[in-house]
This record gives sequence, C-alpha cells and structure tokens, in this order.
Amino acid sequence: MSLPLFLEQTLNGVQLGVMLFLMSAGLTLVFGIMNLINLAHGALYMLGAFIAATVAEKSDSFLLGALVAVLATAAIGALLEVALLRRFYHRSHLDQVLVTFGLILVFNQVTQLIWGAVPMRFNLPDSVAGSIELFPGLNYPVFRLVILGVGLVVGLLLYVMIMRTRIGMWVRAGASNRAMASAIGVNVEMVFIGVFAAGAALAGLAGLMAGPILAVQVGMGEPVLILALVVTVIGGIGSINGALVAAIMIGLIDTFGRVLLSPALGSMVIFLAMAVILAWKPKGLFPVHG
Amino acid sequence: MSAPLLETRNLIRRFGGLVATGDVSLSVRPGETHALIGPNGAGKTTLIAQLQGELPPSSGQILFRGQDITALPPHRRALMGLARSFQITSVLPDFTALENVRLAVQARQGHSFRFWRQAGADRPLNAEAAEALERCGLADRLHLLAGLLSHGERRQLELAMALAMRPALLLLDEPMAGMGKQDGIRMTRLLAELKSDYAMLLVEHDMEAVFSLADRLSVLVQGRLIATGSVDEIRANPAVQAAYLGHG
Amino acid sequence: MADLAPTPNRRDWFAILLLLALLAVVPPIAEAVGQPFAIKVASRVVVFAIAAVGLNLVLGFGGMVSLLHAGLFGVGGYVIGILAWHDFNGEALQLGPFAYAGTGNLLISLPLAVLVSAAAAVLMGMVSLRTNGAYFIMITLAFNQMLYYLGVALQKYGGEDGLQILGDLSIAGLDPSKRLVYFYVSLAALAVVMVLVQRLVGSRFGMVLRASAQNERRVKALGIPPTRYRLTAFALSGGIAGLAGALMASGQQFISPADMSWVRSGDLVVMCVLGGLTTVWGPVLGAALFLLLELGLSSLTNAWQLPFGLIVIGMAVWLHDGLIGAIRRWVQS
Repeated sequence: MSLPLFLEQTLNGVQLGVMLFLMSAGLTLVFGIMNLINLAHGALYMLGAFIAATVAEKSDSFLLGALVAVLATAAIGALLEVALLRRFYHRSHLDQVLVTFGLILVFNQVTQLIWGAVPMRFNLPDSVAGSIELFPGLNYPVFRLVILGVGLVVGLLLYVMIMRTRIGMWVRAGASNRAMASAIGVNVEMVFIGVFAAGAALAGLAGLMAGPILAVQVGMGEPVLILALVVTVIGGIGSINGALVAAIMIGLIDTFGRVLLSPALGSMVIFLAMAVILAWKPKGLFPVHG
Repeated sequence: MSAPLLETRNLIRRFGGLVATGDVSLSVRPGETHALIGPNGAGKTTLIAQLQGELPPSSGQILFRGQDITALPPHRRALMGLARSFQITSVLPDFTALENVRLAVQARQGHSFRFWRQAGADRPLNAEAAEALERCGLADRLHLLAGLLSHGERRQLELAMALAMRPALLLLDEPMAGMGKQDGIRMTRLLAELKSDYAMLLVEHDMEAVFSLADRLSVLVQGRLIATGSVDEIRANPAVQAAYLGHG
Repeated sequence: MADLAPTPNRRDWFAILLLLALLAVVPPIAEAVGQPFAIKVASRVVVFAIAAVGLNLVLGFGGMVSLLHAGLFGVGGYVIGILAWHDFNGEALQLGPFAYAGTGNLLISLPLAVLVSAAAAVLMGMVSLRTNGAYFIMITLAFNQMLYYLGVALQKYGGEDGLQILGDLSIAGLDPSKRLVYFYVSLAALAVVMVLVQRLVGSRFGMVLRASAQNERRVKALGIPPTRYRLTAFALSGGIAGLAGALMASGQQFISPADMSWVRSGDLVVMCVLGGLTTVWGPVLGAALFLLLELGLSSLTNAWQLPFGLIVIGMAVWLHDGLIGAIRRWVQS
C-alpha cells in the first residue's frame, strides 16, 4: 500500500470513527444514565440527514439545513423521551427492545411516506465540495476534513461539559444515584430530557454529515446503529472516553478491512474484532460500572 | 482439639479508603454453633460474602475443611459443603417452594444435564425436597409459588434450601430478620433442633436467640474482631459491653 | 419473567396437540374452499413457529434476549442452499483438506444444517454469554449483522441477491418444493421440536435454565455454574432456528441475506412476546398472529409498517405478558 493511500485511508478511518463517536456518545449516555437500550437511535441519524438535505435544498444554505436538522432531532428526541420512553426506564430490557424496535418500523415508514423510497441527493456547497492537497499525491476531500474537525470539537466540548461543568456533574449524579440526586435538588427529570435530546442531536449531526458522502435513504440508520452499539460495547457502557477510543479503533478497522478485503468481508472484521476484545475484557475497555 | 472446620487468617477487605473487614482471624469448630454479632455496619454481611465467595478479599486466606478456598467461586464452595442463606431473601419466585428446594437437592446430586426425564416425576428427588421443607415448617406450603410466600416463610424456605445441600457448615445471615415474635420463636426452635446435625456460623441481632443457641460468639465492630469466646465470657467482656451490649 | 403460575403440564400438552391439529387441517380446508394460497401462508407460519419456539427456549425460559436467531435461521438455510449448489454444479465444496460433493438429499443436509447452526450458536454464545443484560442483547445484534454481511459477502452463492436452489432436493424420495410436502414435513418438524422442548423445560436441565433466569445468584449459591447450561440452551435453540431456516430454504428453493436481517431477529422476538413467553406453544400462536397481521395490513396499505410498528409499541406499553396474558387476565376479571 502506498503512503498516500495509507494516509488517505487512515484519515477516512478516523473520520468514520469520529462519526461513530457522535452516535455512540448518545447511546452510551442514555444507557449509562437511564439504563435504556435505545435501538431507535439510528432513526434520529436518518432524520438528521433527511431534514438537513431538505432544508439545505429549499434554502440553498447548508448551514441552515444543518442547524435546523440538529435542533429538530433534539426536539424529536426530547418528545420521544417525554411521550414514551421515560416509562421504560424501569422496565425490562426486553420491553425496551420491543418498544424501540416498533419505533424503528414507524420512523422508517413515516420517512418513506414523507420523502419517498428513492434515495435523496444531498449536495454540498461549493466551498466544501472540493479537495485539497494535504500531501504530494494525496488529494483529500475538504468536507471530510470538516467532519473530522467538527467531530473532534464536539467530542472535546462533550468531554469538558461532562467532566468539568455543573451540568455535567448533574448528569453524572443522576447516573449514579437518582434518588440522591433528586434529594440534593438536581431536577433529574430535566437532566434526563436533556441527555436524551443531546444524544438525539448528536445522532442527527452525524447523519447530516454522513448524508453528502453516503446516500440519504430510508433505513440508513440501522447499520450505523449496530456499529455504534459495537463501539459502545467495546468502549464500555457509560464511558465517553471509552466511546471515543473504541470509535476511532472501529473506524480504522472497518475502513482498512474494507479496503484490504472486499467491502462485505471487510464489514465482518469489526465483529470478529469485537469478539476478540470481549473475550479479553467482557465489560469493555473502560467500563464505568466496574 | 480437632482442626477448625472454617478458618480465616488475617482477612482484609477494603472498599477504596474504607476498611470493611480489618484483619479478621476467626474460626468455626466442627459441630459448633458460632454466632457473629456486632452493631449495624460492622461488616458482618461483608464477611459472610467473603466466606461464601461472592466477594473476594483484599488480602488474607480462607480455609474450609483444611483446604484453601480463597480463590474458589461460590458454586465450588457450595459443592464442598458451604451453604449460605441470604440476609435479603434470595429465592426463585416463579418456582414453587418444592421446586426451589428440589433444585438444591439436584444441585448437590450433580446430575443436571438430563434433558428428557421430568424433574417433577423423580420421586426420590421430590421426597428429599419435601422432607427438608417439612423440617423447616413448610409442609403445607409445598406447592405455593415462592414469590407468594410471606416474608417469614421465605426465610424458612432459604433455610430448607440450605439444608437440602447437606452442608458441612451453614452460613446464616440474619435468618430472623424482619420476622415477628411468633415466627422468630419458631425459627429459634428450629435452629436449636439443627444444632446437633450442622455446624453453623450465625449472624443475628436477636440477642435472646443468640445467647440460647450459640456455643461461641465473635464480636465484630467496624470491621474488626474485638472478642471471641463463650456466651458468659462475651457477656462479661467490658469492651464488648461498651461497643455493643452495654446499651440495655 | 412472569408472575403467573407455571401452567400445569397437561394443559400444555393439550394446547400443543390442539395447535398441531388445527394446523394439520389447514391444507384440506384450503383446497376445499378453493384457497390454495392459504397453504403457502400456513407453511410460512409453521416455519417461523419453529424458529420462534427455538428462540423462546432461551428468551422465555432462559431469560436471554437474543437478537441473533434470524442469523442462525439463515445459517441453516444457507447450508441447504450451498450443499445443493455444489451438487447441482458438479463442483466439490473445499473446506481445508476436505472436499464434499454436495447433496440435494435433505435427509443428509437437514441434520447438517442443524449441526452447523448449533455450532455457530455455540461459538457466538461463548462470547456473548461472558456478558449479560444489555451487553448481551447488543452483542447478539452485532453478531447477527456479522452473519448478514457474511451472506452478502458470499458472491459465489448469490451475495445480496440471494441463492436460488436450482437442483432437485429430495426428502425420503419426496419433493420438498411441492406445497403439501413442504407443509407436512415442516409440521412434523414443529411437532418434534415442541415435544422435545416441552420435555426439556421440565427436565433437570430445564429447571436449572429457568432458575438461572430468575435468580442467578441463588443458582450459584446452590452449587451450579449457570453459564454452561445457558450455552447448551443457546446451542439447542440455535439448532432449532437453523432447522427452520433449512426447511424454508427447501420449500421455497431460495434463501437470501434478507432472511437473516436484524429486522427478522426483532420479528422473532415480537412473535414470542405476542404469543406469550411462559409456554412452549405460545410462540406458535405468536407466529401465526404476527404473520396474519402482516399479511392483513400489507393488503390494506403499502405503508403497513406504520400501523404494525404502532401495534408493537402498543404491545410493549400495555401488554406485559403477550396476548395470551392479556386474554387470561381479561377472562379472570
């Protein structure tokens, strides 16, 4: 493999990892804090892409599309939490799987009703549509660099917020002991809505960034969801650091797997890697709950 | 004097900065009823958990029947003859009382990879289970779901399960917890009957029961063993009185 | 799992017999009223019922939420398909030093399908069962996706488009692609599976499995390490799912990765919950209800997944113990 190709694939891998991190951050927080498996998370990724593509096309502004998509998915996430999913915090995981499975069916069908079954084109504005030469022989798409940048910034902000701010403290308090957190005045309900909405917004952000690169189509969320689950499991449920490390790792393994083997065979490598890692560390690399 | 049945040597268990078990060396003699007493939070359940195997010690050794069992998981210790009843009842709620105890007998017999013959049709298996239940006063509750039993009955069920294991040593963690006066008296009587057949390490707060049942007592305060001896010795011990018994 | 008393044995056997009898008379009645299509539907119900009964062994009785079973279903189907492909094309299947000519004889390939899917279940189960709860669910879902990708990657055997079985299959001289053969062979398999599983859940092994689902701590305290029992149950359950997939492949003469998607895994779980998790025969009812509902809704509208999804959500919110449980409570009130 030539050096430019290697660098290109490495960048691709990290960029995929960054997107998986955005997806799995929401998943791991919701599971770590509210003990809720949310399989419908992929639907929010999908909606982020569709909403952004639609608004961007209508308004000719990618940024506006992105903004609306992130806010919309946050709102949808909050609505889901309040209207339905909060009843399931104390239900069995089976019930959670059932309800979120039903949500996937509903979301996919509704999306198809609104936007049709044909994949949608999501065009980039000219400013980011081109490539730049990072290295002699390596022309890399500007947009992918943007994704990398956005992802890393968001990741950093997330880390700082959870670890260093009062809000983050509330989130962590709610995670470890709900009753105690309530007793000392943390509005646990609001924290939960906030975590859900934030997770949804992150998924929407990942979706709208993936849209221009992959296709915007019904059912695009689930394969990414499953990868995000792998990241969450490998990283350790509840751990943001773990999610970041695992995401980059998985992004690189998936990218190189697909390039070195065939696309379908390469996709399998991740799961074998997951099996190996879990055989060694059943609770993930950085488990929060010991 | 014969070798101790159960022995701990310098057992320590820390949780971060907290020392839950502080250098505990105690022993239970064969056939003995040994009571473990102490104020709430003294670390009695933590100690029982380490003895049974659910909690690994930070350091120290546990010996049972002369063997070092410190690294053995709970199910191996159970098969060696160490039976535990839990402070917070831990039964199989969707099984009947009979099915609960039958599982204990089955576990002891060790033939659980049988796929065709119905456990419910196995006469000797069911007879042994019924016998343990009768001994513990649950003869008329055999076919009731364990989840529907009263609290006291569940404590009795726990005991029946422990007996069905035909253990060498019973680790009883507050068998009378949450029981009313009548149930408590019944349980004390039952334990008195069992004294002759089983060695017991008994954690209890009910001092009347403890003094009537125990051959020896050990007193645990803030994770440390402050005294071990006969009922009279412990009652007269000033340190024990100050720490635990003195308040009436 | 449930707070209802375990159903006494005799009622279960009666229910099993009744269901089998009802299914057995579907083809003659269908022919009589001139609706032979119903036989095809019934065959599909029977095949999915087998898979659901298999899943329920670990789900309802073992307390393990597995999203891997569609993948195992697919493994069984592909064993049939691949062996038939090699037989038809006259090319030997090379597995390391072993070469096998392939076969269309189901008396050989059906047991092989069961063995291979059980083996796959053991391998994946060994990793998955090191964890429990939510991790377990996520890992089984991930493994299912892996199997799906494997199916897509096998370009030689159709890849994403699936594998058409062109040669002749036979089972004891009969042609399984014939409507009635497919139906009655599958029904016989369902009968065997139900009898075996019903005996299993009341056996010593079954007691340990069910106890581990209720209170793992207690089981360990009694001297039993639960994992090996769970793994065995997983293997049996996987073999049954593989049998179902193998039967479907034989009857339809076709198997594709779509048959092993995560959606199908979810569908199987829904079938079990719908029919009731606490009995061996519940999933049969669940499979029938599920497929009839799917058929009915899709004939009304193309967007049938919307009402269907809403029904699943409704079921999760209100019906804690399936349709059977709801009916039982309604009857008792």
